[in-house]
Amino acid sequence: MITTSTNRRGFLRNGAAGLALSFGAPTYLRAQSAPLKIGHLTPTTGFLGPLGEYAQMGIKLAVAHINANGGAGGRQVELIMEDSVNPQTASTKAERMFERDKVDMIIGEISSASSLTISQVAARYGKCFVNTGGNSDSLRGKDCNRYMFHVETQNSMYVNAEGAYFKQQNMVEGKNWYTLTADYAFGHDLLSAAKAFLDTNGGIVAGEDLVPTDATDFSSYLLKIRQVEPDVVALNLAGTQITNFFKQYREFGLDFTVGGFGFDTVAAWAAGAQNFRGTWPNVWNHLIPNDASQAFVKSFTDAYGKPPENQAWGDYNAGLIMAKAVAEAGDASGDALVAYLESPEAQFDLMKNRKGYFRPTDHQLIQEIYAITALPADEVKNKYDIFTTSEPLPGADEPLESLAQSVTGGTCTF
Amino acid sequence: MMGLFIAQVLNGLLDGTYYLLIALGLSLIFSLGGIINLAHGAFFAIGAYLAMLITPHVGYFGALILVPLIVAGLGVVTERTLFTRFYRIDPLYSLLLTFGLAMVIEQGLRWIFGASPQNYNMPDLLRGQVFMGDFIYSRYRLFLIAVAVVTVTALWVLLNRTSFGRIVRAGVQNPEIVGSLGISLRPYLSVVAGIAIGLAGLAGVLLAPIYTVHPAMGAEIITLAFVVVVIGGLGSFWGVIFAAILVGLTKGVLVAVGLSSWSTAAIYLLMFIVLLLRPRGLLGERILRFE
Repeated sequence: MITTSTNRRGFLRNGAAGLALSFGAPTYLRAQSAPLKIGHLTPTTGFLGPLGEYAQMGIKLAVAHINANGGAGGRQVELIMEDSVNPQTASTKAERMFERDKVDMIIGEISSASSLTISQVAARYGKCFVNTGGNSDSLRGKDCNRYMFHVETQNSMYVNAEGAYFKQQNMVEGKNWYTLTADYAFGHDLLSAAKAFLDTNGGIVAGEDLVPTDATDFSSYLLKIRQVEPDVVALNLAGTQITNFFKQYREFGLDFTVGGFGFDTVAAWAAGAQNFRGTWPNVWNHLIPNDASQAFVKSFTDAYGKPPENQAWGDYNAGLIMAKAVAEAGDASGDALVAYLESPEAQFDLMKNRKGYFRPTDHQLIQEIYAITALPADEVKNKYDIFTTSEPLPGADEPLESLAQSVTGGTCTF
Repeated sequence: MMGLFIAQVLNGLLDGTYYLLIALGLSLIFSLGGIINLAHGAFFAIGAYLAMLITPHVGYFGALILVPLIVAGLGVVTERTLFTRFYRIDPLYSLLLTFGLAMVIEQGLRWIFGASPQNYNMPDLLRGQVFMGDFIYSRYRLFLIAVAVVTVTALWVLLNRTSFGRIVRAGVQNPEIVGSLGISLRPYLSVVAGIAIGLAGLAGVLLAPIYTVHPAMGAEIITLAFVVVVIGGLGSFWGVIFAAILVGLTKGVLVAVGLSSWSTAAIYLLMFIVLLLRPRGLLGERILRFE
């Protein structure tokens, strides 16, 4: 499937919102009038497909807003989107996008494994790849590369944020934890970050199971959890498995505290207010009460008839960040963009209280994140507002990088 | 600890019934028409989406009756318009056809409803737990199993105790002889395809409250259902039931003893061993025209 975003007339009325949100920097008009080509790869089928759909909506909206506001450094943006399917296909399609479509950069992805293969192709062509959904620490550690930037927050930042919440609730030291972990790279990576956290803070692993990624039924796991009676059930699952778990956890009538280290609001929406439980880390959500977030929610809802998921935030912001980078660097070549994005001037408005920046040592976007907590079913008014959001994490008095310390996944050397 | 193990074994036995309805349908369509219906999972997904659409109007129990009928209707239409052209040619073609059909249906669902999972909940009446001594179990699952047992029994009676069933079974063994006796198999093929696909629709309604309703849900379940049919033996009624229980049990026991990461692999290993030692499946009948 190849889609080129041309229908931007419908988005023009959102131009004002886009202007308010996007670059405060002036738009540089330069001689180069050739369009800026952005390739977008993300899984739109398979268990990450629901997130991929939001990713595509996010990037399309970003491109519409960028073009409505004069383009990236005066260059109109042309978007080429494809389903990345799996790591092998992602790599082939990335190659084709650079070779045949002559894209200037690639944005997207959700699977950490596919992020890795795309980043390798991008590096070979000396072009930037902006990862908007792969959480794995090793992408920022031993597998890092100079041309890859991460708008998505990494696993250990989520673990540290969620862990801080549980510590606050006295649910870590001396408490029994039961972990369910998706049996692939993302889950393993998350599990080792979670274990490192429990180790440091005196939590006890009372039970742990690896869950095959194609498992849809959790009954055998739920029976074990009921037997162990843990203080906390922690999930390192992804995609529709989280929703299945919620539904069946409620079905089996278990009420141990639930939480986890990886999460997307689409899983909560699919489970519904009746089944959704616990407190979860989140890169951004549609209930964040600031003007920029609410303007984005409004223009997204106007365009698509539903509020944005956190994945839509990721791809939307990646689009705006890269448009600003091209304008500021005056060039879309990989090296020019890397030089700009690593520079201290590269600060980005992310619809959050504090601006974010890419840490030069590993290209992780250092930013505030949030925790969301399920509302009791009787307090829920509609199918989207089924949780409340925390204040930004880390708190206003703590340095922005405090959650991004003590990461696992090896050391990055560019 | 022993109590937990017994609970796990029971749960494993019950787990098998989830694939049973789908696997039985697959087996029926294959044994009569020689078509391996890879689109069977897609009809399961259609069942779940239909349940989501009509439950607000007719309630869960209304959906439980109506959805299988609607999906069975779709099944008859599919058989009449598509399957019927593929009965007498190389099964490879019908494999390609149903694979394509599965993709068309999945993309169709994605196109109409979006890729995001849909929210669907069980009726309040079936919420909660049933306590039987030490064994605490979800009321909904017990209901699910009861429906599956009733359905499977009804199907057995239909196939083994009625004249309809006699003709179908004769058609499975030797369609030419049935034809030469002056019985046209065509309407029987349509009805059997309708029943088989209707069963997938029923499974869709039954599993929607505990699984995620999303476009790829059919693809998620079809592989396992297919493995069940292969282990049990294509065309064997009891073989499929036996294999479904065996698969559920294998998964349950491996999770119980802490080898959950092997639970999926073990099922494929089981299939591998069965194919190696007994290619027609555990209880597979010797079907004349496939030998």
